[in-house]
Order: sequence, then C-alpha cells, then structure tokens
Amino acid sequence: MNRLAYLLPLAVIAVLAVFFFIGLGRDPKLIPSVLIDKQVPDFTLAALPGRGDTGLSSADLKGHVTLVDIYGSWCIACEEEHPTLLAIKKSGDVPIHGIDWRDDPEQGARWLIAHGDPYTRVGIDPVPGRTAIDFGVTGAPESFIVDQNGVIRFKYIGPITPEVWRDTLLPIVRSLRK
Amino acid sequence: MKILAAILTILVLAGSAAWAVDPSEMLPDPKAEARAEAVGKGLRCLVCQSESIEESNADLARDLRVIVRERIAAGDSDSQVVDYVVSRYGDYVLLKPPFKLSTVALWLGPLVILLLGLVWATSMFKRADRSEPDALNDEETNRLKSLVEKDKS
Repeated sequence: MNRLAYLLPLAVIAVLAVFFFIGLGRDPKLIPSVLIDKQVPDFTLAALPGRGDTGLSSADLKGHVTLVDIYGSWCIACEEEHPTLLAIKKSGDVPIHGIDWRDDPEQGARWLIAHGDPYTRVGIDPVPGRTAIDFGVTGAPESFIVDQNGVIRFKYIGPITPEVWRDTLLPIVRSLRK
Repeated sequence: MKILAAILTILVLAGSAAWAVDPSEMLPDPKAEARAEAVGKGLRCLVCQSESIEESNADLARDLRVIVRERIAAGDSDSQVVDYVVSRYGDYVLLKPPFKLSTVALWLGPLVILLLGLVWATSMFKRADRSEPDALNDEETNRLKSLVEKDKS
C-alpha cells in the first residue's frame, strides 16, 4: 500500500478540525432568516393608547425604506438600544416603525413616554404575538430593513448600537434608496 | 443498588416535570391534542434551542404551542402546521433536519464513512491473513539456534 495512505486519517481529522474550529466561532443564536427578499407578512396592528397614530399595518411599509423594530416594554435589551433609535430619529435617516411585542397597551404607552419615542408609527402585537411570529422573530429586539416595495431586505438580531447602525444598517438603507 | 434506583426515580420524575404545556392550552379533543403534542415535539424552541416547544417555558414557545393548536383545531394537517412554522423560521425550527439536497452529507455522511471504514478494515484483515512471513535466512537461523541453546543451558 502507498505510504501516503497512512496520512489519510490525519488529513481527514485536519479537515474536520478546520470545520469544527470555524463552528466554534459562530453564534448559535444567529438564525438566518428565511424572510429575506420576501414581502413583509400581512398584518394590521392596533395603536398604543394616547399616541395619536392609527397603529401599524403592512400597507404603511410601502413607498419608502423603513426600519421596523420589534421591541417590548418588558425587554431589557430594548432599553439598551433605545438611545440609538432616538439618535436615528433625530438624524432623519430613516423612519422607524415599532411593533410592541407581547405587551400590555397601557404599559407600552407609558414606556415610550418614560424612555422617549423614536417611532413614526407603533402597532401593538398582543399575546400570542402572531405578527412577530409571522416575522420569524426569536427574541426582542429584532429589526428589519424593509424597502420601498415592502420587501424585507435585512434582519438584525439584538440591540442596535451606534456602531451597528453606522457600519451595517445605514449603508444598507442608503444603498436601497438608490 | 438503592442509590441507583433513587437516581433513576429522580430522573424519571424530572423528565415528566419538564413538561411545559399548561392544561388551559390543551385542545378539548384528546386526539387533536395528541397530534398537536406530536407536532410540537418536533419543533425547536427558538429561545432555548435544545428544547422543543412542548418542553419549553419560554413565552415564544408558549405562543407557538397556542398557534400549533389553533391550526390543528382549524383543520390543518400535521404537515401543513409544520410548513406554517417552517415558512417563518426555516428548517432550523425542525429538531429533526429534513432529508433534502442540502442535508445529504448530514444524513448519509456517517453511513459513507462507516462503509469506507468497513472496506478498509476488511482489506487490512485479508492482507494479514494472506501474507506469510518470509523464511528465516541463514544468519537468523543461527541466531535462533543459539538463543534456544542458551535457554536450554
């Protein structure tokens, strides 16, 4: 038998080791979305009390690039991203719509008064959170970039930081505007 | 032995305690409820990931349980319910990955490696059977003889 054949098991182990090593660095929480490049799911959500808008529906996501943010007043990580959302609103780069997931309407309204309100429109998605499930949401916060035609182009899992906005999301928003 | 029995008892009890379905979520028809449970056991909880939605206490798992039961009550077949969830969360949500082109290596890989190993092992054993050692040359015969003599003395 060829002497090189004895090295074959070693080569196989080496290839596997490379795959496993790459796998170690991957975050199992980042689940690829199947909804990328698909039309946003159909939904009509009621408004938060006292906010003055008419809620949020899929029709509101057509005509311009939007950021759809799925959050809840119960969600600690959402508080973390909130200042970034307020800064985005101030910059006027893109309108942000909120889906208040699994929330109590009164509590959701109070939370926005307490923390500031970066949203153009907000719809409340009551338990069992059908719209969030239609969006394939796995936790809050999650954000979707939706293009002019109402097609989901990007999904970001976790709180948006100023860096994420500047380096990842804003370039996508700008390229979609072209 | 007693300790072993105690451990087993605890494990069995712990297993049943891990059930997360609230009686109020259950469908009134036991047959439909059994179907919902069977479907739910195959769906991954997206929050805890190594549990099925039937086992998980996460809010999202509860919502999915409710929706699975709604769809079954509405007359969906088991595969329609699974498709409903997969169309939103992808194959990832299935605890048992489906057999398709992109998962061929996953399903058949171990079998192929096992077969290759068997082929390799049989060829090695055959070789071992066939090959007779070479006859000793003169030098080796003499050395063997001297060793045997030495042992005798």
